[in-house]
Amino acid sequence: MTDQRAQAERPEFVSELQTDFGVVEKPLTTWEKVYNNPTVRKTALLAALAILWELYARKVDNPLLFPTFSATVAALWQGIASGVIPQRTFFSMKVLLQGYFAGLVLAGMLTALATATRIGTDLLETLSSMLNPLPAIALLPLAVLWFGLGNGSLIFVLIHAVLWAVALNTHAGFRSVSQTLRMVGRNYGLSGPRYVGLILIPAAFPQILTGLKIGWAFAWRTLIAAELVFGVSQGSGGLGWYIFENKNLLETANVFGGLFTVILIGLAVDNLIFRNIERKTVNKWGMQT
Amino acid sequence: MPEPLLDVRGVTLQYRTKDRLVTATYRVSFRVFQSDRFVILGPSGCGKSTLLKSVGGYLDPVEGEIRLGGEVIRKPGPDRVMVFQEFDQLLPWKTVKENVMFALTASRRLSGKAAEDRAMQYIEKVNLASFANSLPHTLSGGMKQRVAIARGMAMEPAILLMDEPFAALDALTRTKMQEELLQLWQDTRFTVLFVTHSIPEAVRIGNRILLLSPHPGQVKAELNSTGRDDLGNGAKLSQRIHDLLFGATQPENVHHD
Repeated sequence: MTDQRAQAERPEFVSELQTDFGVVEKPLTTWEKVYNNPTVRKTALLAALAILWELYARKVDNPLLFPTFSATVAALWQGIASGVIPQRTFFSMKVLLQGYFAGLVLAGMLTALATATRIGTDLLETLSSMLNPLPAIALLPLAVLWFGLGNGSLIFVLIHAVLWAVALNTHAGFRSVSQTLRMVGRNYGLSGPRYVGLILIPAAFPQILTGLKIGWAFAWRTLIAAELVFGVSQGSGGLGWYIFENKNLLETANVFGGLFTVILIGLAVDNLIFRNIERKTVNKWGMQT
Repeated sequence: MPEPLLDVRGVTLQYRTKDRLVTATYRVSFRVFQSDRFVILGPSGCGKSTLLKSVGGYLDPVEGEIRLGGEVIRKPGPDRVMVFQEFDQLLPWKTVKENVMFALTASRRLSGKAAEDRAMQYIEKVNLASFANSLPHTLSGGMKQRVAIARGMAMEPAILLMDEPFAALDALTRTKMQEELLQLWQDTRFTVLFVTHSIPEAVRIGNRILLLSPHPGQVKAELNSTGRDDLGNGAKLSQRIHDLLFGATQPENVHHD
């Protein structure tokens, strides 16, 4: 009954599809394409900030306190051309890489211990929860007592800055590897270092990479800060010492130039090195978007 | 009667959760022969997956023993390849071809060109030759499971262990995959131990079906199947299995998946 009534009220139909509609696909205008590019948008923002800086500094008109943007760029250029900034940067980078890689090796050993044994896990968790919140720079006085004024102290605080971030992230990454992947690895007879190298490390790579990035950022900041504190008594210093020295000479434009260099190097490492590693690994594998 | 390939004798399995000790199966025995499509069927909680993991060597029985070709199973090994239900069993950082090759090289079965040739041979068998260089995250669920099956078969193991491999697929894809699996079996006559909770799937896939009752898993029956849900006298095998597992009631709550 109800079925018949419903059929009478709602007849079936089949319709022909239309073929003469307007736009199916239309290319975006040049302006839309340009505006969709994040690099273009960010560059525009930077340009706007630079103009604001220039205008404000001209209004203040006190190069000792606040040099203009153009004076800063000129100072930076002069610093680079005279070879002072490249030399200081080279000095900083050399110490930084030594500390960074020493930190990585130690983090690897600590994580290996934590992965292999339960007491190792406890050790890593206890040590990192105690020492991770401690700013590396706070260890500098102690480092100076132990290692004297020199690269030894710098490398000591750098290791402290890198070690906990990398070890914690790597360990957390290993622990989050899915049970299925672990069983697959063991199914094909993998164990020991081959199991870690072929299954755990690639499967935990997103977290490991995060640890490497955090460790890098910590190390870079710590180094500049440490150089500012005791670079003074060093014969040849890094970028932190360059900033400190120019502040004492009231060469404020050079101070800004040094800060610029610190920013540029930080950006370059993040965007050129880490971003490319990310694109070629975790992005490509669909493990992170 | 020939020697059984896999001999499970009086196996009791227990595992620990955070606050209790669970007995998954109690004195389960069965024998799998060469080229069997042996299905373990039972409702949730009958320990069928735990039993399969134990055959895989991931879990030691607390009682009884499991022998493969006469040897007691003690640890996981490439002579018993597992195919899991989860899609993440493929290594996401390797392409389809590299995933299959990984199995062969990691287990040191083959290397180099020989591994590549064997991998491509089985990838072609599951009709994925044109996706050999794709990464797993670009594939559909059914394709991922086909890669996992190709990876397992490329190892040419003594027995292939499949843990509800089609349970996470949509109904249409599942039916297609079941047909493909039977077709592959026609080609190579591999031995497979297949775990499922779906009665229609068990009837279609298996030539021999082991029924387990739940909490803890015990053997309820072992039946033959021709693949055509038909007992000859108008009765249906699926109905008989349902009655055995749930008692003789109307089949309204049969798993229709």
